[in-house]
Amino acid sequence: MSLLQVNDIHTYYGHIHALKGISLTVEQGEIVTLIGANGAGKTTTIRTISGLLHPRSGVVLLNDEQINGMPAHQIVTKGIGQSPEGRQIFTRLTVQENLEMGAYSRSDKDGVKKDLDHVFQLFPRLAERRTQAGGTLSGGEQQMLAMGRALMTRPRVLMLDEPSMGLAPVLVDTIFEIIKTLNQEGTTILLVEQNAARALSVANRGYVLETGRIMLEGNAQELAANEQIRKLYLGEE
Amino acid sequence: MKFKFSVRNVILALLILGLVALLISWFLRDPELFITQVINGLSQGAIFALVAIGYTMVYGIIELVNFAHGDVYMIGAMLSLTIASLLRASEESGPLYNLMAVLLMFLTAPVVCALLNVTIERFAYRPLRNSSRLAALITAIGVSFILEQVGLFWATLPSNPFIYFGGSGSVSKGFPALVSKANILADTGLAINLTPKHLFALALAIPLMIALTVFVRRTRTGKAMRATAQNRDAARLMGIDIDRIISMTFLIGGALAGVGGVAGGLYYEGVVWNMGFDMGLKAFTAAVLGGIGNITGAVMGGFFIGLISALSDQYLAGQWTRAVVFAVLVLVLVFRPSGFLGTTVTQKA
Repeated sequence: MSLLQVNDIHTYYGHIHALKGISLTVEQGEIVTLIGANGAGKTTTIRTISGLLHPRSGVVLLNDEQINGMPAHQIVTKGIGQSPEGRQIFTRLTVQENLEMGAYSRSDKDGVKKDLDHVFQLFPRLAERRTQAGGTLSGGEQQMLAMGRALMTRPRVLMLDEPSMGLAPVLVDTIFEIIKTLNQEGTTILLVEQNAARALSVANRGYVLETGRIMLEGNAQELAANEQIRKLYLGEE
Repeated sequence: MKFKFSVRNVILALLILGLVALLISWFLRDPELFITQVINGLSQGAIFALVAIGYTMVYGIIELVNFAHGDVYMIGAMLSLTIASLLRASEESGPLYNLMAVLLMFLTAPVVCALLNVTIERFAYRPLRNSSRLAALITAIGVSFILEQVGLFWATLPSNPFIYFGGSGSVSKGFPALVSKANILADTGLAINLTPKHLFALALAIPLMIALTVFVRRTRTGKAMRATAQNRDAARLMGIDIDRIISMTFLIGGALAGVGGVAGGLYYEGVVWNMGFDMGLKAFTAAVLGGIGNITGAVMGGFFIGLISALSDQYLAGQWTRAVVFAVLVLVLVFRPSGFLGTTVTQKA
């Protein structure tokens, strides 16, 4: 039994058939990455899992419980945390308030306090800026805030959508270091990335999406060595 | 903010100087009259502010100008007059009895208006939440018409047993002066009119506004409201049930409009089916002046519009007041499009 299992989901935007039967699994403790070009359906897949979009057919199972069809706010409490594409932090709430919002549906005060300390320990920059409005942070700091906020939901699966987008190389390194650390601590991660080389370097397994379908899947090293992938996604001739 | 020497700023400076000079000259001509008008302005401003909060909160959270909001205020006033009628409360019926009557109004009108507002959102606005914004806007105008017709029908209640009703529904119904209009300063020899009626509007509105501000800033639900207003999808990803939060916003806005309705009926001593339209215009203007979406801004805007209205009534002419209010709105928007307190925090890429 997989922790997260997506079975043949079809998702539409109006009349546009965006996902044409996506199936994937995420095992406890893994980093799984979805790679593919713009418009391949990576973000749509993530948004379908988190309930922001509803699939027209197919099922999403978390620990064998069907979660598709539930409202997004309920899926969070089941254990899906998402750091969305473009960060989407609350610009006029302070850093601390942003993180508190992550714990909105939790009632275990001690656990929340512990997780907050943990987030500040992972991202010391956020601790320094805890009373600042989210909108005044730099891009990298906002990404850290978005990840920290998702962690505050205490997810069983943490979904990260393009965490390195638009960041300076040194910050990209930091973000990937943190992804590794989180995983070593036991967090299961579903990672969506344009930066396929980096994603495959930290992931256990990967799926390659193309126009709403999965073209290839396999363990990360194999994918990184795959001729076709090297050409298409890793920018090699 | 750096001051830049530009034509725009020179015009602004001249305008402010002119306004200040005008205020000083009015004050010097008859200080007691001026102060009386300031008191009038602040107390009706408190009522504008109560209604303006509902506009600004709803706009903040779903970006809808809720045209029906002024009419919810009217329903609150109608209900209060109905209670006064049934209790046969009048100026002669004794202060304690009247206090009880007013208390009863304040217990019922906010509850009814809150539930009414939540119902409107649930059945008229929620189904359109993912449609174009124009659809919701037109629906809001439609709801406003419906409520006004309800008000028109309500005003035709028979004068037995509803003593303050009867006659044509389109005519303003007198509201008994249940709060004393005796001048507190009568013995001081000052020609300043300060009555319990003035104070009560303020005494009611200010604590409510402080409580609301604390609620929105400090509580978990208040923070969730702000989060939902800022980014709805992200709020859902935090586990926030945005439908519940939006209902909550309409609930609070409706309750404050209900309080405003009771206060407005008592203050203006009259209730009429289309009073919500006029109040709506002024309160919406107040919300825009303060920076739409900003609660403190709406309160400031309410007091500001109240003051302008009172001064214009006294020194210009009552029939010009609306024009003055909107001229001020245009000027403020020309020089400060985001309103007094409206800020735009840009999100860095």
